[in-house]
Amino acid sequence: MIPAAFEYHRPSDIAGALSVLAEHGDDARVLAGGHSLIPMMKLRMADVPHLIDLQDIDVLKGIKIDGGTVTIGAMVTQHEIIVSDALFAAAPIMREAALQIADPQVRYMGTIGGNVANGDPGNDMPGLMQCLDASFVLEGADGTRTTKARDFYEAAYMTERDDEEILTHIVFDATTAGYAYEKQKRKIGDYATAACAALITKDGDTVASASISMTNLSDVPVFSEAANAALVGTTCDAAAVKAAVAAALEDIDPTEDNRGPVEFKMHVAGIIIARAIERAWSRA
Amino acid sequence: MKDEVTRDDRVANLKGLGCSRKRVEDARFTQGKGNYVDDMNLPGMLTGDFVRSPYAHARITSINTDAAMALDGVIAVLTAKDLEPLGLHWMPTLAGDKQMVLADGKVLFQGQEVAFVVAKDRYIASDAVELVEVEYEELPVIVDPFASMKSDVVLREDLDPTAPGAHGPRKHHNHIFTWEVGDEDGTNAVIDDADIVAEESMYYHRTHPCPLEPCGCVASMDKVNGKLTLWGTFQAPHVVRTVASLLSGIEEHNIRVVSPDIGGGFGNKVGVYPGYVCSIVASIVTGVPVKWVEDRMENLMSTAFARDYWMTGKISATKEGKITGLHCHVTADHGAFDACADPTKFPAGFMNICTGSYDIPIAYLGVDGVYTNKAPGGVSYRCSFRVTEAVYFIERMIEVLAIEMNMDSAELRRINFIKKEQFPYNSALGWEYDSGDYHTAWDKALKAVDYEGLRKEQAERVEAFKRGETRTIMGIGLSFFTEIVGAGPVKNCDILGMGMFDSCEIRIHPTGSAIARLGTISQGQGHATTFAQILASEIGISADSITIEEGDTDTAPYGLGTYGSRSTPVAGAAAAMVGRKIRAKAQMIAAYLLEVHDDDVEFDVDRFVVKGAPERFKTMGEIAYAAYNQAIPGIEPGLEAVSYYDPPNMTYPFGAYVCVMDIDVDTGVPTIKRFYALDDCGTRINPMVIEGQIHGGLTEALAVALGQEIAYDDMGNCKTGTLMDFFLPTAWEVPNYETDHTVTPSPHHPIGAKGVGESPHVGGVPCFSNAVQDAFRPFGNRHTNMPHDHWRIWKTANDLGLHD
Amino acid sequence: MTKQIIKLTVNGEEQEVLAEPRELLIYVLREKMGMKGPHVGCETSHCGACTVEMDGKSVKSCTMFAAQAQGAEITTIEGLGTPDNLHVLQENFKEHHGLQCGYCTPGMITRAHRLLQENPNPTEEEVRFGIAGNICRCTGYQNIVKSILSAAAELNAAKEAAQ
Repeated sequence: MIPAAFEYHRPSDIAGALSVLAEHGDDARVLAGGHSLIPMMKLRMADVPHLIDLQDIDVLKGIKIDGGTVTIGAMVTQHEIIVSDALFAAAPIMREAALQIADPQVRYMGTIGGNVANGDPGNDMPGLMQCLDASFVLEGADGTRTTKARDFYEAAYMTERDDEEILTHIVFDATTAGYAYEKQKRKIGDYATAACAALITKDGDTVASASISMTNLSDVPVFSEAANAALVGTTCDAAAVKAAVAAALEDIDPTEDNRGPVEFKMHVAGIIIARAIERAWSRA
Repeated sequence: MKDEVTRDDRVANLKGLGCSRKRVEDARFTQGKGNYVDDMNLPGMLTGDFVRSPYAHARITSINTDAAMALDGVIAVLTAKDLEPLGLHWMPTLAGDKQMVLADGKVLFQGQEVAFVVAKDRYIASDAVELVEVEYEELPVIVDPFASMKSDVVLREDLDPTAPGAHGPRKHHNHIFTWEVGDEDGTNAVIDDADIVAEESMYYHRTHPCPLEPCGCVASMDKVNGKLTLWGTFQAPHVVRTVASLLSGIEEHNIRVVSPDIGGGFGNKVGVYPGYVCSIVASIVTGVPVKWVEDRMENLMSTAFARDYWMTGKISATKEGKITGLHCHVTADHGAFDACADPTKFPAGFMNICTGSYDIPIAYLGVDGVYTNKAPGGVSYRCSFRVTEAVYFIERMIEVLAIEMNMDSAELRRINFIKKEQFPYNSALGWEYDSGDYHTAWDKALKAVDYEGLRKEQAERVEAFKRGETRTIMGIGLSFFTEIVGAGPVKNCDILGMGMFDSCEIRIHPTGSAIARLGTISQGQGHATTFAQILASEIGISADSITIEEGDTDTAPYGLGTYGSRSTPVAGAAAAMVGRKIRAKAQMIAAYLLEVHDDDVEFDVDRFVVKGAPERFKTMGEIAYAAYNQAIPGIEPGLEAVSYYDPPNMTYPFGAYVCVMDIDVDTGVPTIKRFYALDDCGTRINPMVIEGQIHGGLTEALAVALGQEIAYDDMGNCKTGTLMDFFLPTAWEVPNYETDHTVTPSPHHPIGAKGVGESPHVGGVPCFSNAVQDAFRPFGNRHTNMPHDHWRIWKTANDLGLHD
Repeated sequence: MTKQIIKLTVNGEEQEVLAEPRELLIYVLREKMGMKGPHVGCETSHCGACTVEMDGKSVKSCTMFAAQAQGAEITTIEGLGTPDNLHVLQENFKEHHGLQCGYCTPGMITRAHRLLQENPNPTEEEVRFGIAGNICRCTGYQNIVKSILSAAAELNAAKEAAQ
């Protein structure tokens, strides 16, 4: 498996990367960790005459936590997410989810930016970002703009990002909500059969807020307003969980693949969502 | 005070039979200094790469290589037309069929080799593959063997539909053979009259051995000397040499085949692949070495698969549970070409071991081989020839019979085991089991796991589930297997006419160390360690002083290679026998040196001693030295020997396995709580290596039972071409195993050893599968097919109403 | 396409080679820098046979272009010990039968090496999770896990003795 030849660009700043994108248009793509793109190039399913390696761009690195706002550079790896105690304190669900992505080697290279920007419905971070109500900072020739993770995904591999923009940062609020990232997969290294991120806050004995999103259960990540609504104000008892699951299932549209047919995925999704809610509630 | 060297010390110093000697291979492997075929880089070496068919069945209307040839650095693009004048566009398979080397007019499976690009490096070769323009006209695709037998579509247009095949008459143009063993009428009569009859159909899905190192070779034609050298991933290098000679017309002494270190084989590397033939041709044409190494996708999509057996069984019994008869029919999907690697006279391998470990008075087996638009193969993946299928079949039939009789399957097995005193036992389907003590092994296993306690716990869990207190259920998987390995006696076992003996040659050096060479080839089994142990015990020279070499046909004696757990039963026997030849000569030398009659000395660990006067002795070191420096009347100088061993019978290792599994009925996720494996492989050469083999074989069994599958869609597209979808478990999915053993030596093997590498796979698959199925038995399950991946387990739960 | 000079420090020695951008790190290491320990197994970053250490990270060198590694410090199995002075992990893999065909072994040991740098005292579960990016087809992992745990204990004992 050998990719077609390409020109390799390694700009040291965003302007440099943007200028290659502007010059080559569709013929250019940015490379973050490479663990989605490089296999596609090796299989010759992705044709990339100009590859722009972002690793030298310092502003894309680092995790900053400032007054309750978490800013993560696009080139921050899953490994860095896992080992950051500050991030764990600010949003513990990040570590829990990142540990369930791929395997150790892939996590050393795989980045949050690549994971959210690629638009692969199998990736875990997009759903998680919707759960956290994150914003994505996009930079293009006309400057920067911010978009919400919940609005970002249009279809499989289709996002709101313009081809000539680079996703530079991910921003979300730190959260003390009860959290859970539940994922069923066939083995380490597999995508989810079904996965669910849940954040729940408590007011006395009732749910004050809930945020439920799902991975690999549609061609885009799914944030379920209806599921949230079904939980808020309840004691998160069995009936409430059941109602939330029913609502969430209304919002997904899984497809058959080697993991199983739709009927199975719908059922498993229901179980995984319920478990995520119950575990998040137990931590709220 | 002088340190006394005791006899025990001398025995220990030998590092012979029975000790957990550390492996001599590991020094190079742990330092990254193994030598695998892709490590070879010869000056001027070219790279070969295949253009492969995207279609499962299509006519080729044109192949245009102009653009590829125009690419700088491309040396040649071979198609069937180029190979035809050499008669190499097709090649014989090990099963008596023939296979296209490069597509000749049509393609018959997705991933089939269409053209072979030869270029200066892998990058250019890969680009050139993209530039070869092939036009296809799609043909109807058949992926189901039953549909194939009814279809008007002729898959193999090269065959005369009315002419018999290699194994007798063919019933249909897509039929390959019918193979029958046993007494069908007699069996049917018994079954018709029986108190109890259980019937079941089961599919043993298609899978793949998938060694971590894919297949490959380097061919180097030295035109100056007229010698062809072929290095490659060959489990049977000597056979490859013979085949290469027959195909190419190059005399066999001018061909050297070398298997360097091999990164796992598991049956995948027994056969001859188009890549080898094309590399040889390309090297002959260009006069420089040519390397071809497949990638993982090519490995999974085009090299030999395993299993794909549709099995239907009927088993009858008395009211007391004594089995009276067994009927088995198999529809075997062989894919596009019959490229099974079985001994010639056994087109379904040793499937007729399907009466298992049980005393079944009458039985019948019929197998129909069928062509489909799937990759060729049908190799024995970590098992002797089709034994995994046979053992799975009988161990499921036992469970189904137990369900039919509403009885415990452990007890049903016990009632029907062949008794110790019945060995050697002649089975209804023609095998002579050499030795066994099944009841002892079974009792030991059941006691070790507290079987009764487990059943009690399971019953409590069922009740708890029914009360809604838990959503997990518990399965207890049992299996008792008898393997048949060590093929085999030349009288009935051959591959391409070559009898399945094996060999060992040894030279003792003057200073008392030695080199021995064998006709087998290790792919991780540790032969360099364990064969030296056999020899050490036979000749009294420390294993540490014996070098073992295999795999170079210029130096090693002819042998049939390593697969079907045959290395220890056959080559290991040759090693013992060659040791005995050395010892016989050493005895004469010792007697001469000690000035006594030959009969007055006897062998003792590492020396010959004068009978009754143990202080008078000559060590093997002293004897070796004398062999080279003293003129001994009537004895040739030197100390070396060769032995070719034709085994009188197969060996029959056996074992008892128990798996305890939890199943989450809501998600279909199984969790292995415990796995106990008792193996009886006869005399144990190296317990550490045996345990390692068992851990590995069980893990491959876990994979096959719980998800590993080569699956196709209706268009013949392979859906499982990468390791994302083809299930190879990681350390995270695999449990720790408890190993145990009994020792029932083989009466006909020189040291009583039986072979073990494949037992855990053969016994493991039904054990894991039975655990899944047993968990659902209290809820009405009878049989569900493997692989038991999450969704199929979930479906079983769903079908049984457990989600209601 | 333009070849470029790739400069890497491999097992402590600086090496410079010319490579096309599309050349994968695994092939540059194996075929241009003489490090044949890491192997190609699956090519899609699932098996880990190609694992090397790069700037303190375990990476799958089949899923990385050599150009990406420009300037990096790389450790392969060849850099972990010498024939006269094997690394504790190498010793323990030998001692506990942590390998069979040897094909996954260089990647496995290299990965275990990094794991123990980050977690010198892992539990069995942590070892299993930590090597889950490396597939072994022969051993069933049981003895690999044993080897790594034993190496960790030995390294910790040596550290304690030194203090």
